[in-house]
Amino acid sequence: MTTTMSPPSAPTPGAGSAEKVRKSTSMFDPSIMRRAIGDSFRKLNPRHLAKNPVMLVVEVGSVVTTLLFFRDLGRSSTQENVFAGLVAIFLWFTVLFANFAEAVAEGRGKAQAETLKKTRAETVARRRRADGSIEEVPGGELDVGDLCVVTAGELIPSDGDVVEGIASIDESAITGESAPVIREAGGDRSAVTGGTRVLSDEIVVRITARAGETFLDRMIALVEGSERQKTPNEIALNILLAGLTIIFTLATVSLQPFAIYSNAEQSIVVLVALLVCLIPTTIGGLLSAIGIAGMDRLVRRNVLAMSGRAVEAAGDVSTLLLDKTGTITYGARQAAEFRAVPGVTEAEVAEAAMLSSLADETPEGRSIVVLAEGEHQLSAREIVGGTLVPFTAQTRMSGVDFDGRSIRKGATDSVRKWVEDQGGVIPPELTAIVEAISGQGGTPLVVAEGSRALGVVYLKDTVKPGIAERFAELRLMGIRTVMITGDNPLTAAVIAKEAGVDDFLAEATPEDKMAYIKKEQAGGRLVAMTGDGTNDAPALAQADVGVAMNTGTQAAKEAGNMVDLDSDPTKLIDIVEIGKQLLITRGSLTTFSIANDVAKYFAIVPAMFIAAFPQLNQINIMNLASPRSAILSAVIFNALIIVILIPLALRGVKFVPSSAAALLRRNLLIYGAGGLIAPFVGIKLIDLAITALGVK
Amino acid sequence: MSVSFWIQLGLLVAAVGVTTPLLGGYMAKVYGNAEAPGDRVFLPVERLIYRICRVDPEREQRWTVYAFSVLAFSLVGILVLYAMQRLQTVLPMNPTAVPKVGEALSWNTAVSFVTNTNWQSYAGESTLSNFTQMTGLTVQNFVSAASGMAVMAALIRGLSRRRSRTIGNFWVDLVRSTLRILLPLMFVAGIVYVSQGVVQNFEGFTTVKTVEGRSQVIRQGPTASQEAAKMVGTNGGGFNNVNAANPLQNPTGFTDFFGLYLILMIPFALTFTYGKMVGDGRQGWVVFSVMLSFWLIAVIAAAAFETGGNPNLTRAGANQAVTSSQSGGNMEGKDIRNGPAECGLWAGSTTGTSNGATNCQHDSMTPLGGLVPMAHMKLGEVSPGGVGVGLNGLLILALLSVFIAGLMVGRTPEYMGKKIQASEVKLVVLYILAMPFAVLVGAGIAIVLPTVLNQSILNPGPHGLSEVLYAFASAGNNNGSAFAGITANTQFMNIALGVSMLIGRFFLIIPTLGIAGALARKDKVPPSAGTFPTGTPLFAGLVFGVTVIVAGLTFFPALALGPIVEHLSI
Repeated sequence: MTTTMSPPSAPTPGAGSAEKVRKSTSMFDPSIMRRAIGDSFRKLNPRHLAKNPVMLVVEVGSVVTTLLFFRDLGRSSTQENVFAGLVAIFLWFTVLFANFAEAVAEGRGKAQAETLKKTRAETVARRRRADGSIEEVPGGELDVGDLCVVTAGELIPSDGDVVEGIASIDESAITGESAPVIREAGGDRSAVTGGTRVLSDEIVVRITARAGETFLDRMIALVEGSERQKTPNEIALNILLAGLTIIFTLATVSLQPFAIYSNAEQSIVVLVALLVCLIPTTIGGLLSAIGIAGMDRLVRRNVLAMSGRAVEAAGDVSTLLLDKTGTITYGARQAAEFRAVPGVTEAEVAEAAMLSSLADETPEGRSIVVLAEGEHQLSAREIVGGTLVPFTAQTRMSGVDFDGRSIRKGATDSVRKWVEDQGGVIPPELTAIVEAISGQGGTPLVVAEGSRALGVVYLKDTVKPGIAERFAELRLMGIRTVMITGDNPLTAAVIAKEAGVDDFLAEATPEDKMAYIKKEQAGGRLVAMTGDGTNDAPALAQADVGVAMNTGTQAAKEAGNMVDLDSDPTKLIDIVEIGKQLLITRGSLTTFSIANDVAKYFAIVPAMFIAAFPQLNQINIMNLASPRSAILSAVIFNALIIVILIPLALRGVKFVPSSAAALLRRNLLIYGAGGLIAPFVGIKLIDLAITALGVK
Repeated sequence: MSVSFWIQLGLLVAAVGVTTPLLGGYMAKVYGNAEAPGDRVFLPVERLIYRICRVDPEREQRWTVYAFSVLAFSLVGILVLYAMQRLQTVLPMNPTAVPKVGEALSWNTAVSFVTNTNWQSYAGESTLSNFTQMTGLTVQNFVSAASGMAVMAALIRGLSRRRSRTIGNFWVDLVRSTLRILLPLMFVAGIVYVSQGVVQNFEGFTTVKTVEGRSQVIRQGPTASQEAAKMVGTNGGGFNNVNAANPLQNPTGFTDFFGLYLILMIPFALTFTYGKMVGDGRQGWVVFSVMLSFWLIAVIAAAAFETGGNPNLTRAGANQAVTSSQSGGNMEGKDIRNGPAECGLWAGSTTGTSNGATNCQHDSMTPLGGLVPMAHMKLGEVSPGGVGVGLNGLLILALLSVFIAGLMVGRTPEYMGKKIQASEVKLVVLYILAMPFAVLVGAGIAIVLPTVLNQSILNPGPHGLSEVLYAFASAGNNNGSAFAGITANTQFMNIALGVSMLIGRFFLIIPTLGIAGALARKDKVPPSAGTFPTGTPLFAGLVFGVTVIVAGLTFFPALALGPIVEHLSI
């Protein structure tokens, strides 16, 4: 059973110091914005837009209307020229706004990548030959399996495992966390990352990554988005958008013969305007920005997803395997209760337990003092002149001798023997208490003074506050939580019940974990888990979402598809929520985009044919001023809505953990019904504005 | 609208509501693997057919083989039907000595009946022999319907199976659909028709003396059998040109009601079959309710617009009220026996079922009254649609709805536990694309061709556009309903409409089977609170909305220039 070392105070999800460091670069930082504006123009390159069929159509439309504008300049009426010119300008804006959204989304990652690249500066490695001699080679020439010696003050040349020694290491370049961490040979805290600095001592590192394939390289590529590939849902959505674009192209192109038959032939500019308004430009323009921003949200939580696929899979996960220690409980047992034998008060037990624990610096010992102080208002007083009896593996108890009093607390058998040695008897009630506590999965510590057994301290694994509520939320979202623990089934069951997990795996071996994952997957479920040890690696690789702790071994980090730089297993829940939020944002904006079209038809169709059929003014329900202003308003709305929605696309739609039915109801109301109504209002307002500005 | 309209509508809904679970449950057993009622009678016959045709009923097909079987069967059907028309002079049973049918018309008719469209560019009584009608058209009335049902069975299997490479055997589905569902129902329906006085004989033209003492030539023939097949199989091709307005084809008030019930019976019942086969009855009822909503809106709207009368006559002060002494409403193109409300009921029902039968002249409906059947077809024949293919259409729209809105619950969209991913979306898009392509491209070309403008369009202006749009909507949706009012029997129209019908049939069936194959291969994600709910009224509303928006966005501009302008002009 592998566990992660976590501080006794629970790290609240996503509130590490690293988070604060990362957040300092806001997405709308002026320098990022400046670069994004430049990028929006660079992205006009058709080769770039070819990946996005919807925006490619808009760009072709922009070119066509621009050419027509210049062709007709001076030949048509001024009003016609102004109209064509404005349509062309706003079509270009539509493309630019979409490019801008993508550029802003990429901006923060690019800025971060530049910082990281500085830490990748060429290092000199001290490679140890087989005969033990040391040679200096450039870091880039290291090969997998090479042994390097790194001393205090030096940068670690590449990723690897510590094979000799122990050292404190500053990993802030990668994690943003300034407190040094300990890395040592053997065990599950042996992994070191290239580009981090050894602060003390000397270690020998076995290199595990080739130059250019290190964690830092991957991290740079990832935050920069240079290797970004479309995720499965994004591909599917792109196909749908391309399909809708074809359907609306059919509807627009076939409209011309109908119009010719009706003696109302349309200009190409108007048809292009109609087409651009109908095709799903809103979602088409924001789709890649949503994906990039989703990955970025993870990076800001200090989670590196090795593929976008994994982020989407996180949204689909229906089973979470959670390590008990560190995720569900604090990891250390804590005093929960004092139980006295008949004839002794609870306060006496508390006092004795506290006195015997004053010198006990283990988390258990401290928790006894805290409980005694809290529940029994005892104040920890200085013991003058007493003798502290420390805990040893032989005695299995600790205590204090002072003022002629001799107090001990410890394992039942040891204390029993100590009491009996002094002529005392263990009352049967005490045995009953001890058995009851064991039966509840707790650990009993017997407290005795001299020949008197006073009572028992009930130590139990304490479930983190709020975790049960978190699991209830997950259950609401249809996600099962499974607790993994090395505890015996009895203890596990008690914790499981208290934490409110759906299932637990006690005395779990890596093989058990693997079997559980395979069983879930065979039932069609997607599984997420965290792990850090080498023996977790197969399960991490098997899970659909495998989050490796940065403190873990290289093997674990290679096997998982995400790495948590904060090494906080609770974050798995956040990852699931980020995955869901990404998908929800896409779905909501798709729905919004399609619902928008209804209003655009009511603006454009009457405007197109009102000259031939004045009676069509009856379906001009927005009462737009003129055919030209109506069409232009729809085009302008279509462009502006992209800009308006950029913050939403980048931040993501607000995610409230709830059932799918509730989410659907809520989002359908906001983005479906909202998408139907909003453009009616928006187009009308734009029409009023441009009419006031003189467009006729 | 009259009380009798509402009573009839209520009875119709009640009758469909009663038979849906009964017939639907029976059909689920027909397409299932376990024992089915009537095995003792049907199994020996089936085994004989399989032995003659050398079909191994145990051997299931992958979707590609299934699709190939459908295509091969249809191709043979088209060739045989084409040959039969071209050779009817030398074939037996031609009492009225009709000449051979022209090339373009033969092509059109062959395609039309094999695709379950039953568009008729001809007048049956004066163009076809009894042999062609009985062994050609009536046979296709069975097997084209059965093919559609077979494809539907394959799609349902795709949704309900997991990790399966096969989706059933087309030949088995075809035989069982015909033998166990269509044949018994059509047999009973035929008897009922005969009992009501529908003609069923092998006569040709009969000269009779009318009550006024004049003589009249009446075309007789095997009408009742074709009428039963036409309605039960949602075919719609009438024995006579005026279809169900002919009193020998639709003699009584009861047959008028009975015919409506027959076309609605199987398509609605299949929703129950679907729920049963996927093991979740609510899914079937969701589909049922979406279909029912569209159908109710269509029939009520069409009947209301027709009983509302002609606005021009209203303005002129004519009394068009429905009273005991007059049928009221817009009576142009309607049989006195049927009247405007009945016309609306039929127009709404036959265009929603890809049936295309009529008991009135759709061309003579008010602009909005005519808009209803036209728009109804353009929804894609899903209310409740043709036998089998209607359910397919609605399930594809459900997949589309799931994909558009499904992401909003934060998971990869799922329908019936199947993840809807790129490969499925690709096929759904192909399916959704085919019908607008067949309708808009066809009508767009036709409307500016001199041959169409000179030969086919008799009414200029918006009404002419409506007529052409209607014809291609009917062909592209395999409906067969005729607005009429244009000359469809020209070389161009026959060929173009034939092509539209082929696209509207096979470019829908092939993606459907592809989807079935792709879904069958997938694993099923077990339902949980995080699953997108598809068995709820909200989902029914969503599918309804997506269907309206997709069809509306595709066809609104064209409709605006046709019936909408026409309405606003009067």
